[in-house]
Amino acid sequence: MGTTASQIGKDRLAEYQELTFLTKQEILLAHKKFSELLTKDERDLQNIRVPMETILTLQELKSNPFRNRICHVFSTSDIKNGSLTFEDFLDLLSAFSDSATLEIKSHYAFRIFDFDDDGTLDCGDLEKLVNCLTGETDDTRLTSEEMRQLISNILEESDIDKDGTVNLSEFQHVISRSPDFVSSFKIVL
Amino acid sequence: MEVDSVFYTDRSGRVASNPLLDQLPSYQSLLYRRKSSTSTNKRKGSTRTRLSSSGSGKWGGSTVRRQDEKQKAQTEQRPIRELAKTMAEKRRNKTQQLEEARDLSSWRQWKQNTRRNLRKLRDDAKDWLSSLQLWRGDIHMIEGMFGTGILSYFSFLRFLVMLNLIIFLLMFGFVMLPIIIASHSSGNTTYNQNDGSVCSVYPSSARRGLVIYHEHITDLLSGGGFLEQTYLFYGYYKVDKIFFSNATYNLPLAYLLATIAYLFLSLIWIVKRSATGFKRSLVSDEDRFQSFCNKIFAGWDFCITNENAARLKRSSLLYELRTDLEEERIKQKIADRTRKEKCRIYLIRLILNLFVIGVLAGCFYSIYVATIFSQEAQAKYAKGNFIVDLIYEYLPSIVITLANFITPLLFSVIINFEDYSPAFEIRFTLMRCVFMRLTSIGVLLFSLWSQITKCGDDPCICGYNHVLYSCWETRVGQEMYKLTIFDFIIIVAVTIFVEFPRKLIVNHWECGLTKWWGQQEFAIPQNVLEIVYGQTICWIGTFYCPMLPAICTIKYFFIFYIKKVSLINNCRPATRPFRASRSYFFFLGVLLIGLALACLPVAVSVAQINCSQACGPFVNYTTSWEVLTTTVYELPDGVRTLLLTLSSEAFAVSFFVVTCLAMFYVIALAGAHKRVINQLREQLVMEGRDKRFLIQKLCQAQRIPSVKSPVSNSRHRSSSSSSPSYHTSFSNNFNEALFLANSPPDSSTHV
Repeated sequence: MGTTASQIGKDRLAEYQELTFLTKQEILLAHKKFSELLTKDERDLQNIRVPMETILTLQELKSNPFRNRICHVFSTSDIKNGSLTFEDFLDLLSAFSDSATLEIKSHYAFRIFDFDDDGTLDCGDLEKLVNCLTGETDDTRLTSEEMRQLISNILEESDIDKDGTVNLSEFQHVISRSPDFVSSFKIVL
Repeated sequence: MEVDSVFYTDRSGRVASNPLLDQLPSYQSLLYRRKSSTSTNKRKGSTRTRLSSSGSGKWGGSTVRRQDEKQKAQTEQRPIRELAKTMAEKRRNKTQQLEEARDLSSWRQWKQNTRRNLRKLRDDAKDWLSSLQLWRGDIHMIEGMFGTGILSYFSFLRFLVMLNLIIFLLMFGFVMLPIIIASHSSGNTTYNQNDGSVCSVYPSSARRGLVIYHEHITDLLSGGGFLEQTYLFYGYYKVDKIFFSNATYNLPLAYLLATIAYLFLSLIWIVKRSATGFKRSLVSDEDRFQSFCNKIFAGWDFCITNENAARLKRSSLLYELRTDLEEERIKQKIADRTRKEKCRIYLIRLILNLFVIGVLAGCFYSIYVATIFSQEAQAKYAKGNFIVDLIYEYLPSIVITLANFITPLLFSVIINFEDYSPAFEIRFTLMRCVFMRLTSIGVLLFSLWSQITKCGDDPCICGYNHVLYSCWETRVGQEMYKLTIFDFIIIVAVTIFVEFPRKLIVNHWECGLTKWWGQQEFAIPQNVLEIVYGQTICWIGTFYCPMLPAICTIKYFFIFYIKKVSLINNCRPATRPFRASRSYFFFLGVLLIGLALACLPVAVSVAQINCSQACGPFVNYTTSWEVLTTTVYELPDGVRTLLLTLSSEAFAVSFFVVTCLAMFYVIALAGAHKRVINQLREQLVMEGRDKRFLIQKLCQAQRIPSVKSPVSNSRHRSSSSSSPSYHTSFSNNFNEALFLANSPPDSSTHV
């Protein structure tokens, strides 16, 4: 029951305002940007699903190292190919908006960083995370010694029950005391 | 990865499933929260069936059901958008809520509706307010290109523009507006009388006869000549009282109260803005534990949209991580220092600190000498060269600017020899620069006052040197005005004559020297110090030059655009990133220091130094503060007694004692909380280990009867072992089948 018709109806708009953290202007802007990703015929269809490659051409996501993960997390497609409908797109923008609560942001951040989707951040996830942050080429990676030191530091700081992984509540606890998170976990169109 | 003595964790720490673990109440409650992530009813059904079918989980089932209801109740009270669910699920929740609401009484319905409408109203108001924000588009673009560190500098600049505007409106509304209204309407105004004494002689400084054009420019740049007798300076406000039809407006009182009000307003606004930053900074400084987590989990600025900026951000993150890891190694090295090395280092530090103090003393002395020289040169009215005149006028400003340019370079060289940890180095250098910048204004003012209150060998008749400084407040105002103008000129000049050529040279001329010089980096601390310096001057100068906030507003307005253009065209993002949160706290902290420093001279001059008898609103009083005491004595009895009690020593001492007690209490409370938190953490760790130990024992105990189980079952079990388990990582040694007396259905192990 999404819309990608050329206009959003008024009650549809009010509903989106209520169910997300976006303002009216932001929803309309999102609609405009989303429509630009579609071809002319697709624009009149309802509930159209945009493939991941097209979504990733957006300016805001193009340079983001986590762009694939973001699409996977917010996608509601059954085949898990990362495609997004307009409502998924709104959910994405809502979680990344200025007024979203810390709980929502940390929840989605956890899922984005959970590369293997197993519900915890273990060493493999953390290693992939650090590599995303520093760069994929060989000379921009940390050495394995540095990586080991870094991961042991992270686990020392965040793993409360000392099981070698960071689960959701430990992650949320760490994030709640992290001063930079709210200002950096933000996408504004 | 610690080697768990209870369990063996394999290399990747991969979690393996364990049906027992999946039935724990804590796991189930997390599962409920996560259930929303994949919205299939089937899943919901499967977990419910698992709950019901696990016989051993009977106690678990009831607690989970209770938690179920609690979660449901909680989600009902929270607005729907705060749930981490997809749009379709949120919509379903909403219709569910509406249906349930229909069953509620009309009172509750009305309450819910009003709450929803109020929330909508509040959101709309916030929208509208944020759309009015100045420079939103520009700041958004800068954020995309350079990240949140530099963004905080520009939003700080925007804050200062607004602050100065409000201060100006305050002064204008209470001091200038009544005068303007009175002259146009029917109000009678009484002016300060010239009582004929020698103190109230005020020679006019207006130029007579033919005025050459460059004298106008000199006047404009130095605040003298034709500018002296305008609303710009203190000396022009000669009004004593304005009589409107039904009220009397006491202008001196209003002037004094407006001064106190703008200082107070600035304090409150800054503290309010920094409240959240303070708390977070205190927390994260206390336990220095979070630095790595903060860098990794909150390290990426999701608002970066530029490919170039993203690449640079990556390299700066890499650099930062490497530096931090190295700093940890250095800390280890420092802890391993021998005593001989420590003595040597302390000796070096002592010598270098003495050297720094010597340099600072030298700078301050040169500022003092320059000020005295400049004042004497102005007093002589030497009709020399136009340029030389200007230089004499601006000599203190020039010396201050030079000192503030050289000393940071010197400090950053010295700090290398002092062998501190890298983070501390940066902070210490910064502190030294802040001290230098803000104290130089204090030295300037002190030297001015030593000139004003010096009357040769005798004590001054009027309390100040009435021959040279018949209207000393205006002179102080002129010095502040000159400092502001010169500051602005320097910023523009440096941008045009240093940064643009640097970019051209570095880009078009390849040689070793240009490579070493490199492209301009936007050094946030130095830029922030610049504008805090300007703001401190504004705060001090507003008492003597009421239109100074307006000038500062315009100045900061132009600085925004100049800095933005320079940033986009000339600069590259810093290699050593400035954390956004820390930086905002740093900006506001330095601003507060500036405010405290600004309050001091204003307080001293209001309360101690005799105000000039020849000009200004306070002619009828000895000091400016006297107007307040006189007014208090004229108030009705009750209010007067109250105010007098509030300002008496008894009250002040008891207030101070009570505040100290409250502070000690809060500190003790904080310490107790910290201890409790540490204990709880240890307890959590022990509980975790206990749980894993017990489960291992339980599994071992169950393994004995299960040896007779069919092989096919075990193969099937291990193949479905990829379920997300939330808690612990178990050994993969348990390859045999583990199942309970009432084993759960197959589908439940995979969620």
